[in-house]
Amino acid sequence: MADSIKIRATLKGDVCTVKALIKHPMETGQRKDKKTGQVIPAHFIQEVVCTHNGKNVLTSAWGAAISANPYLSIEFSGAKKGDKVALAWVDNKGEKDSAETDIG
Amino acid sequence: MNTKRRIFLKGTLASSAVAVAVGAGLLSPRQVLAAWPKEAFEAKDIAASLKGVYNADMTTPSNDIEIKAPDIAENGAVVPVTVNANIKGIESISLFVEQNGTPLTAVFNLAPNALGTVSTRVKMGKTSNVVAVVKAGGTLYAGRKEVKVTIGGCGG
Repeated sequence: MADSIKIRATLKGDVCTVKALIKHPMETGQRKDKKTGQVIPAHFIQEVVCTHNGKNVLTSAWGAAISANPYLSIEFSGAKKGDKVALAWVDNKGEKDSAETDIG
Repeated sequence: MNTKRRIFLKGTLASSAVAVAVGAGLLSPRQVLAAWPKEAFEAKDIAASLKGVYNADMTTPSNDIEIKAPDIAENGAVVPVTVNANIKGIESISLFVEQNGTPLTAVFNLAPNALGTVSTRVKMGKTSNVVAVVKAGGTLYAGRKEVKVTIGGCGG
């Protein structure tokens, strides 16, 4: 699942706004395949962690009711230009990805 | 009842220890997965999942929690929701969709320097209240907003 995350961090004063888009099907495990009638197995992101210079600013647990291709935006203070912001996720199948960006 | 409570308490202690370890950069998120509150996400009503997440069932209605979501969503699969909580010392924000089969949508645990604003997109099966529960200073505050879901996109 490489390159699944698009992340952007912008600065206003010392408040950083992190916006991220993750490419992921977020299957609930309740939908049926229209052709075969088989239930499509659940496949969704369970954990998302956002760090600022290696320190956690957000740890979150997600359920299957987050939309497909999830969007996430958070804000935190105490940031400056050039700081590193990273985002990582893990889904219920153990797949994972992470991405890092500089605050610009 | 009591045993459950013990198990839960054990769970919280364990998960906070894990959180510390992650903060220290010792663990990757994969190893933290055990802390995912399965029972809370599988609970069929808000009260039960609140217990699973915060081990509490009382919330205080608050006007300081603003939920930005459309009044009418034409596509229940993608409903943008922004929670804007103007409360000091926020530790955690969780999102519930009342009428979904399993109401708990997400739990966001915020570091002290994070502001009380979280945006995401959720799935909604039908017209329902979106409930945001904010934990600050050991108290749970709740804000809600009704979102009408129209299937077929006639906007009615």
